[in-house]
Amino acid sequence: MSQPFIHTEHLSYSYEDGADAKQMPVLHDVSLDVARGEYIAIIGHNGSGKSTFAKLLNLVLEPTDGKILIDGQDITSPDMTDDDLLALRRKVGMVFQNPDNQLVATVVEEDIAFGPENLGVPSAEIRARVDEALAAVGMTEYARHEPHRLSGGQKQRVAIAGIIAMMPDCMIFDESTAMLDPLGRREVLEVMERLHRERGITVITITHHMDEAARADRIVVLDDGRVLRDGTPEQIFSEPELLMEIGLDVPQSAALVHRLRKAGLSLDGEVGTPEACVETICRAFAAREHNTLVNG
Amino acid sequence: MKGIALGQYYPSGSVLHRLDPRMKVIIAVLYIVTTFLAKNVTAFALLLVSMLLLIAVSRIPLRIVLSGIKPVLMIMLFTMVINLFFVGGERLLFEWKFIRIYVEGLYQAAFMAIRIVVLIVGTSMLLTYTTTPIMLTDALERLLAPLRVLHVPVHEFAMMMTIALRFIPTLMEETEKIMAAQKARGADFTSGSLVSRAKALIPILIPLFVSAFRRADDLATAMECRCYHGGKGRTRMTVLHFHLGDFVALTVFVALGAGLILANRYGFGFSM
Repeated sequence: MSQPFIHTEHLSYSYEDGADAKQMPVLHDVSLDVARGEYIAIIGHNGSGKSTFAKLLNLVLEPTDGKILIDGQDITSPDMTDDDLLALRRKVGMVFQNPDNQLVATVVEEDIAFGPENLGVPSAEIRARVDEALAAVGMTEYARHEPHRLSGGQKQRVAIAGIIAMMPDCMIFDESTAMLDPLGRREVLEVMERLHRERGITVITITHHMDEAARADRIVVLDDGRVLRDGTPEQIFSEPELLMEIGLDVPQSAALVHRLRKAGLSLDGEVGTPEACVETICRAFAAREHNTLVNG
Repeated sequence: MKGIALGQYYPSGSVLHRLDPRMKVIIAVLYIVTTFLAKNVTAFALLLVSMLLLIAVSRIPLRIVLSGIKPVLMIMLFTMVINLFFVGGERLLFEWKFIRIYVEGLYQAAFMAIRIVVLIVGTSMLLTYTTTPIMLTDALERLLAPLRVLHVPVHEFAMMMTIALRFIPTLMEETEKIMAAQKARGADFTSGSLVSRAKALIPILIPLFVSAFRRADDLATAMECRCYHGGKGRTRMTVLHFHLGDFVALTVFVALGAGLILANRYGFGFSM
């Protein structure tokens, strides 16, 4: 792990407000490293610049200032050719919020083939990749279906398969679960985490749901276009007041742990997921009971 | 709304459904030309028989075929009446005041009617009923691909068609949602004069347009992220191959054309 997969240096982005040609800053001086195979969540309230940050990583937007290195290549350099851009977008795939607005074809498998087709992959290989991608998201039986008849979660899985078929190194999920019902969210999360686990794909998920963020290896908190905090879920959720202050929730389990600690209970161990939390709290209470028995 | 079907595609799984869509387009063009070749009774009879055979082969219920003719019924009647009353000739059949109907007019009217029916039914049997809109788009893109040399944006048109087909159901669903939302606010779409009903549509159309533009923007970004850069260097997953059946079908239709030419020459009956 000598060089990070994604490396940004003093990244800034601002857009010109059409009305009075004023520069509206969105991101300031964001310097961040993401290692290959990492699973990271970016959280922040609306307008914190998290979506903008994601869009800079595959040059859907061009940074106003700063440098981005993907896999060692400076994508902000003026020498970037069109081919380099295609190679970048193949490497860094993106799944968006609205499942309806990212599917192109009228048949599921043809939609998944769209990316590889654009890359000029030979027909027989596209077929193989599409079948493989369908299997990876568990949509094989829907290969010949029309996307508009699928549920939100299924559509989103098709969109993910469309990216997988391009064989990316990194996938960015830009609030991909925001428009889904709980079932759809669970489907998408499962697929996302399986891709990370089994294929070592670097996953960057941008989310409003703190319980989703809590599952990542690392959380980056953006506020007003700046990196406010960067750490493990435990570290991040140990400051609930800070998160609330910038308009974010804290997962219920983390809030509970925080209040217990404040009340004087010493809690050591995993508190990232509700399950881990239950275990840690039980262990703490058992230990306390044990202590009272021994001492009392 | 989830159940809406686009176009008139009727999946009966016939031989025609399995033909290569490119061949079906070629054959349809051939068939249209053939329709205009017919000149005498024998030729038109042949044409009519070929159409009936086509319907039989397609295994599409007659009820559906007939409903397909309905939209052109008025045009058909109009041409028939015009031909009946205004085509002059030698053999007078009927005369009443200024109305004169000739045998020639009768034949001409019948020919015209057959020609229109065969045109409509023939092309719909070959194309719309047995080929999905997307296959048709695909076939046209591939058939017209050589025109790219002349800078005709064939791929771009096909892509536009595909996206339109993909988004029609989505936008229809959206329209329903907006209508329901406006109804909940007391909008009335069903009563009042034509003008007031048309005005009631404005609160539907504006949100629909706004959302369509937003979708277009989202889709463009998503397509860029999936490396779309026009038709250049693009490959396709499905490679179409002509099979034996396609050539058999082509042969049949070429033979029909030849037969029609022979019928024109050696057949009998009134000739136009």
